[in-house]
Amino acid sequence: MSSLLKKYLMALTGFVMVGFVFVHMLGNLQMFNGPDAINEYAHFLQTLPKGVFWGFRITLLASLIIHVWMAILLVKENKAARPEDYSVNTSVQASLASRTMGISGSFLLFFIIFHIFHFTVRSIFPEYQSEAFYTALDGETVYNVYKMVVAGFSKTWVSVVYVVCMAFLCAHLAHAVSSMFQSLGLRNRTWKVRLDRFAVLYGWVIFLGFIAVPIGVLTHVIKPESSFTGTPAEALVINTNLSQ
Amino acid sequence: MKLHLKIWRQNSATEKGAFERYTLSDVSADASFLEMLDILNEQLIAENKDPVAFDHDCREGICGMCSLTINGVPHGPERATTACQLHMRHFKDGETIVIEPWRAKPFPVTKDLVVDRTPFDSVMQAGGFVSVRTGASPEANATPVPKPIAEYAMDAAACIGCGACVAACKNASAMLFVGAKVSHLNSLPQGKPEKDRRVVAMVEAMDSAGFGNCRNYAECEAVCPKEISLDVIAQMNRDYASAKIKQFFAPAES
Amino acid sequence: MKLDAKIPEGPIQEKWENHKASVKLVNPANRRKYHVIIVGSGLAGASAAATLAEQGYNVSCFCYQDSPRRAHSIAAQGGINAAKNYHSDGDSVYRLFYDTVKGGDFRAREANVYRLAQESVNIIDQCVAQGVPFAREYGGYLANRSFGGAQVSRTFYARGQTGQQLLLGAYSALSRQIGLGQVKMYNRHEMLDLVLVDGHAKGIIARNLVTGEVERWSGDAVVLATGGYGNVFFLSTNAQGCNVTAAYRAYKRGAGFANPCYTQIHPTCIPQHGDQQSKLTLMSESLRNDGRVWVPKRAEDCQKNPNIIAEQDRDYYLERKYPSFGNLAPRDISSRAAKEACDDGRSIAHGGQGVYLDFSDAINRLGESVIRERYGNLFEMYERITGDNAYKTPMKIYPAVHYTMGGLWVDYNLMSNVPGLFVLGEANFSDHGANRLGASALMQGLADGYFVLPNTLPDYLARVGAGRPSVNSEPFNQAEASVKGRMDKLMSIQGKRSARSFHMELGKIMWEYCGMARNEAGLKKALERIPALREEFWQDVRVPGQKEGLNPELERAGRVADFLEFAEMMCYDALDRDESCGGHFRTEHQTDDGEAKRDDERFAHVSVWEHTGEGARPEKHVEPLHYEEVHFATRSYK
Repeated sequence: MSSLLKKYLMALTGFVMVGFVFVHMLGNLQMFNGPDAINEYAHFLQTLPKGVFWGFRITLLASLIIHVWMAILLVKENKAARPEDYSVNTSVQASLASRTMGISGSFLLFFIIFHIFHFTVRSIFPEYQSEAFYTALDGETVYNVYKMVVAGFSKTWVSVVYVVCMAFLCAHLAHAVSSMFQSLGLRNRTWKVRLDRFAVLYGWVIFLGFIAVPIGVLTHVIKPESSFTGTPAEALVINTNLSQ
Repeated sequence: MKLHLKIWRQNSATEKGAFERYTLSDVSADASFLEMLDILNEQLIAENKDPVAFDHDCREGICGMCSLTINGVPHGPERATTACQLHMRHFKDGETIVIEPWRAKPFPVTKDLVVDRTPFDSVMQAGGFVSVRTGASPEANATPVPKPIAEYAMDAAACIGCGACVAACKNASAMLFVGAKVSHLNSLPQGKPEKDRRVVAMVEAMDSAGFGNCRNYAECEAVCPKEISLDVIAQMNRDYASAKIKQFFAPAES
Repeated sequence: MKLDAKIPEGPIQEKWENHKASVKLVNPANRRKYHVIIVGSGLAGASAAATLAEQGYNVSCFCYQDSPRRAHSIAAQGGINAAKNYHSDGDSVYRLFYDTVKGGDFRAREANVYRLAQESVNIIDQCVAQGVPFAREYGGYLANRSFGGAQVSRTFYARGQTGQQLLLGAYSALSRQIGLGQVKMYNRHEMLDLVLVDGHAKGIIARNLVTGEVERWSGDAVVLATGGYGNVFFLSTNAQGCNVTAAYRAYKRGAGFANPCYTQIHPTCIPQHGDQQSKLTLMSESLRNDGRVWVPKRAEDCQKNPNIIAEQDRDYYLERKYPSFGNLAPRDISSRAAKEACDDGRSIAHGGQGVYLDFSDAINRLGESVIRERYGNLFEMYERITGDNAYKTPMKIYPAVHYTMGGLWVDYNLMSNVPGLFVLGEANFSDHGANRLGASALMQGLADGYFVLPNTLPDYLARVGAGRPSVNSEPFNQAEASVKGRMDKLMSIQGKRSARSFHMELGKIMWEYCGMARNEAGLKKALERIPALREEFWQDVRVPGQKEGLNPELERAGRVADFLEFAEMMCYDALDRDESCGGHFRTEHQTDDGEAKRDDERFAHVSVWEHTGEGARPEKHVEPLHYEEVHFATRSYK
């Protein structure tokens, strides 16, 4: 596979994920609209036609796998291309983000796995799978995403992990969003400046959008579900459940 | 000026190298960097030691022969300047200067600071030309070339083939060099008939030489003595993609 | 030595066509049986190698650099002349021919120059087709400028990097042939001897500069395109590696060396900053359009800040001496005037070598922005090298050696008097006479390589037939032994001085006595000092390292040793040519205005020197020059 083909795959799969994180972020922000909003949104996604639903998932998973696979191939070649490093290692204009793509990417891979097991498969805290995490919405029983998220981010260490990983995402995007246009040959000197700025902006928007939820939970801007519908007794039950 | 030098010494491609330290005094601030090395070598010869081998020729910034990494930066601290046009006034009296060769697998060290850059020639031999026989050319003004295109081609063609882009790239990628040549020829009407074939062949030659991959650090652009921009890499990426897509859909024609 | 120029019969306009129609050809199927050795990969060498390979000959090309793309043709800035007459300003092949003969001060061979002018137009076509990005006008057509005082706009250019772009064009054509396997390229190889078999040039001895091995190469013909010998002056605008070795070795094997004293000095170079200087950098002559050249009237003002020297204390010597041309006086005149002012003790730079080129008047008149627009890149380059801001303080300039018109003697076919040895580009003597016009060097290199040699070499090959000798034959043994013997000797001396120090000393002698103004007494002094220095060299040079492997000092020592012999021949020629013409100025022969005074009666000829043995005075032969088209005239720039 030629070097450029690898770069194209990197850029195209990156593009998919760049788009995905934005939509994901918008969805997350539903947390600020109360439990019904996010639960309804989540239910809508869960009940998409099977083909569409799995189509998205497979595309995302494939993108991730190809992205990581290409990254491994490229890094291996890059390391081989400079067997002996300089004794003085400096950079003239390479941004910190560009130089740490490998590090930020590795953290993100770890994060994505954690995140999927945390909130999608829900196996890290199996209680998220329990009855208590279902609720009624418009006459249907739906999964109570709101409750899970609040529960999830109420653990300070979890929130810290998320915030730190989102910082890596921010850095990764700050280079990637402009870089993917370059790799596909869709950039010139004028657009480089614009895209570079856009990439940084995009990184920050994604960062702030994502950390808003854990920060919101920790600062109680996003209130526990009980404050919307529940009674003190129910809240107590939840707490007991959690402490088990 | 008095200078402390830490210079990479290596006898041949197969032997291991190491740094050696030297001290030079009475270097004129007006001397060029290579003249400073001349002085060092005269001193070493007088001491009956082996002088430092380094590549140099025109000493006016155009032949692309000089290839020194100075304090970690190919061609040293001045922008748009080759090592031969870098002058000692940009250094401080008493400073320690670290001088290393270009470091990349396709550029093995021949001796000390001299490296072998023939993979660049191989890339050119694969497609860095317009296939026109001497005498087969039409009247020069028969094909007008819009001025902006001629200027763009000239920007790319200004490449001196020194290899600083490879040396500066953290991945030892040669894409600025290859991109410059692809952009120069592919943008001119004279180079269009071979556009697809050229970019595919040159990228193949580049890959097989063992250069690393571009990660869009833009270090190459920063150290390029002719300030060739990343645009040429974008064009190479674009041209290669379009060539490959055409090849995929119409294999018979390409 | 037999010197037959083999100029074809007929009117000058038809000579080349007639000749091409009469030469012998090699059948395309037979061409692969021939093997041509080309030494040098600059404009002439690369273009010749590519073209011969396209025709189907096997070519081996050698260069001392790490890539053929680095030959010093790359450094030419200004442009390339061609009689395209795109400006309809009266240019023609005839006028380019006329200007070149006249500019050469009537010391070039008319027929060669005419052919050069004819081929000039084809060069542009060829280069454009190769993708050379010449400057263009908005309509998309090629731009031209007038250059070097020409009255027509015939110079094609690619920014200030015309030589680079033309060389890269030739290099790309060469690369294509290397890729096809038709040319075998040997980088980092230096030719150290020519091998003659039965009087014909049939091979070379070359050293692989990386391994240090001495190698034998045989061919059906040998082509030298090895450039000029300006580095005999140590400081010149040439690249560090430029040397006379290949040409000089051929001379020692019997090739005649023509007009070695013709040297071109360029008036606007950046002066030497001190004794640690290794080369001089040329600045475009266009600077003289707006700069005024001056030195202080009084020697004691020379150390002062130029900006405080009052107007009446400045000597604008070019304007004073040549009122009508002023600062635009021709290269040789303004160079000599600078030397005179400095010899008068009024130099403003290191070592008594520098004059001011002042833009303050132009800046006051036109504004800094106009000057920046015209010369911004040159001012930048000046500042990069000197650290001075020429907008604020006058530039310092001084003349420097830049091009050598002399070279190995060749006939109309570009073949030397040694059969099978062809010489192209700056390495031969043929087209520029005693002085080369601006933007003509590139033209000659490419004309020789693309269009002349590919038409004349086959004639020789067809006559001698294919069949290169074995590299194990006696002439190869003998040549290799002499090369090795010399290297052993260089390595064995282990004296106290570096080869570079000898080179510097030789350069000083040459610049002083055989530089831009020469006289009998000085040349005789040089002829005493050069052999003495050579003697010392062979007693006291120290070449460190080993013969094996890369050893730049060994390379240098070999080149300096040849310069030390060559310099003597140059002085003999300068002494013998008892007249002033073009780049050769004998102070004894000048008009009252300080103009060169030719002696057409006695010296309208090519002086060709034949080697007569180590240390012996070479023997002079003469090729008379006949001017049928352009009649002798004296130039005047008053």
